Amino acid sequence: MNKPMIKFVQGNEACVEGALYAGIDFYAGYPITPSTEVAELLAAKLPQKGGKFIQMEDEIASMCAIIGASLTGHKVMTATSGPGFSLKQEALGYACMAEIPCVVVNVQRGGPSTGNPTHVSQGDVNQARWGTHGDHSIIALTASNHQDVFAMTVDAFNLAETYRTPVILLLDEAVGHMREKLVVPEKGAIPLVDRLRTDVGKGVDYHPYLPREDGRLPMSDFGGDHRYNVTGLFHDMWGFPSNNPTVVNGLLHHLVDKIENNIQAITRYKEHFLDGAEYVLVSYGSSARSAIHLAKNRRARGERIGVLELQSLWPFPEALIRDRCRGAKAVVVVEMNMGQVMRHVKAAVDDPERVFLANRIDGKLITPTDIKKLLRVIQGMGV
Amino acid sequence: MARLKLKEHAINREWCKGCGICIHFCPKQVLELDSMEKVVAARPEDCICCKLCELRCPDLAIEVLTDQDEKNE
Amino acid sequence: MSVKDYLRERYFPHMWCPGCGHGTVLNSLLRAVEALGLNKNDIVMTSGIGCSARISGYVDFHSLHTIHGRALTFATGVKFSKPELKLLVPMGDGDALAIGGNHFIHAARRNIDMTAIVMNNRIYGMTGGQFSPLSGLGKKATTAPYLTIDNDFDVVELSRAAGASFVARTTTYHALEAVDLLKRAIDHKGFSVVEILSQCPTHFGRKNKEGDAVNMLELYKANTAKIGSKALKENPALLARGIFVDENRPEYCEEYEKIIQRATGGKK
Repeated sequence: MNKPMIKFVQGNEACVEGALYAGIDFYAGYPITPSTEVAELLAAKLPQKGGKFIQMEDEIASMCAIIGASLTGHKVMTATSGPGFSLKQEALGYACMAEIPCVVVNVQRGGPSTGNPTHVSQGDVNQARWGTHGDHSIIALTASNHQDVFAMTVDAFNLAETYRTPVILLLDEAVGHMREKLVVPEKGAIPLVDRLRTDVGKGVDYHPYLPREDGRLPMSDFGGDHRYNVTGLFHDMWGFPSNNPTVVNGLLHHLVDKIENNIQAITRYKEHFLDGAEYVLVSYGSSARSAIHLAKNRRARGERIGVLELQSLWPFPEALIRDRCRGAKAVVVVEMNMGQVMRHVKAAVDDPERVFLANRIDGKLITPTDIKKLLRVIQGMGV
Repeated sequence: MARLKLKEHAINREWCKGCGICIHFCPKQVLELDSMEKVVAARPEDCICCKLCELRCPDLAIEVLTDQDEKNE
Repeated sequence: MSVKDYLRERYFPHMWCPGCGHGTVLNSLLRAVEALGLNKNDIVMTSGIGCSARISGYVDFHSLHTIHGRALTFATGVKFSKPELKLLVPMGDGDALAIGGNHFIHAARRNIDMTAIVMNNRIYGMTGGQFSPLSGLGKKATTAPYLTIDNDFDVVELSRAAGASFVARTTTYHALEAVDLLKRAIDHKGFSVVEILSQCPTHFGRKNKEGDAVNMLELYKANTAKIGSKALKENPALLARGIFVDENRPEYCEEYEKIIQRATGGKK
């Protein structure tokens, strides 16, 4: 499309629009509430552009199938929710180790276990970071409204290609199922990152796991001139298994450094009324909507409350948080879990004693009133 | 089809693990293990070039080279 | 081309034990690929985890050594996204039918064009000799010190029931037959399964008093017979070898092309 298109959609559909805009051409998935609409919409839309949709036999198979399809040079995605995200972890770790670009959407619902399938939660934040075994880094993005869901989905594809890594998009049930306006920008309005392919010619030794000077690793599509090995074992620059201590040490450092050393380039956030804020609300996803609503109303009454809305949760934007929370009388982390981001905020700020949690974990969206009640306590105005 | 004539048994001593499959199933008892437990062609003159040793070798360590092969190359 | 042209020679000698049948499966598979005259760039081999899975490192194809039990799902992603590629998926018995059993039946059900090779040594070798779903009753393993009480799958019947359109069985003793069956399986359009009985002298053979590799091959020779043979008719207790299913059925990637035609109104 060559001009902006206005739609009234669910968040899951905004995600699909973002994926199509980014150039998705392969999706594998398994039905699970509250993410199923992503699969349903792509089942209809992908073949219309010659892309492929496949419903696999389970969550694990879906994750593995997108990895396989990424290796043939395609932009790939799968979507799931808590239980499915748990099942995908081993294959997700494989994608980290083998450095395969892919996007994994987790529309969060209440957990643990089957939990609260049709209700909102943000309980998978730490799982997105630490769900797999072993050390590695990962990128996780999130969004509080449909325009941002669209933008973050495009970003997720871009970052996956840039850093040769899986990128997790942490949405939640409220954002996923709510309907609101989405403007799909015209083609070219948001830059896209395409697969970086090697320029090493046929017959010349190609090293799929040898980073360039800028840290990026050009790929070669399966089916192309370069036949190389991909494995989940520690491997040398040809992708062949190795347990040489130097190789193991080097690869693990590379997997962490390629992301942690680029934290500034990866970090995404928004500031709402932060100028001179005495009370800083740190929030993300649908929780941020209530935080922003409260801050907007209080600002109108002259109270100095602002919101730091995180749009990337991993790598954790520690320096940003430390900076924006400096000098605040109190920092309130607004989230729908038992304080998963709050703990990291405490670790980031100069004065962890001033960090508080405004949360809700009963499957209901946290409201401005919920936050207001906590603020009253902090401000010494009673319960 | 011309009858195959043996040129040599090309045995990769680095790859051979001395399992003895080729020796046991050779219809003409051409092969033997040497003192290093590697296969050698002890009686190449008896070889009928059936290539079963080559086909079954789990180490891909033996190749029966024949004149026929050379012409094909 | 000779067989060696399909190998990554720098990684030899391979890591399998002396007398391990998996090397013979590799040997047969390369001969089948050579006989078909396939281009190395057109072949993708995906494997899972275990002794069997290491096969993908040794071949000079595009190779994808994945996670335990999931080789067919990665292969599905590769094939479905680029149907012109030839997919070879060697798996161990535990890999294919225990942890990967669900993927196995579903890949068969879809009839997606790839060749699954079950390298059946009836044991988990890499972890030191535990029983597998193909060990069968009354076998000794490190996790069955008092003998197994687990029934085994019949790979041929399971594949047939799940919808595989080509199903064959042979052994590492019958190497020429293995080459021929693999050739036909790779050439087959649809999901093809070749079960190859492959000796594990280190674990299965030793624990079950089947002797060394040579002796285990003698047992394959004595205990199996070709479908339709006189030997099988006279002694139905023998394990049948040969082609059990060979049918032309709609293939998954081709069927999806029709979906694309429908979705685009024939414009694609």
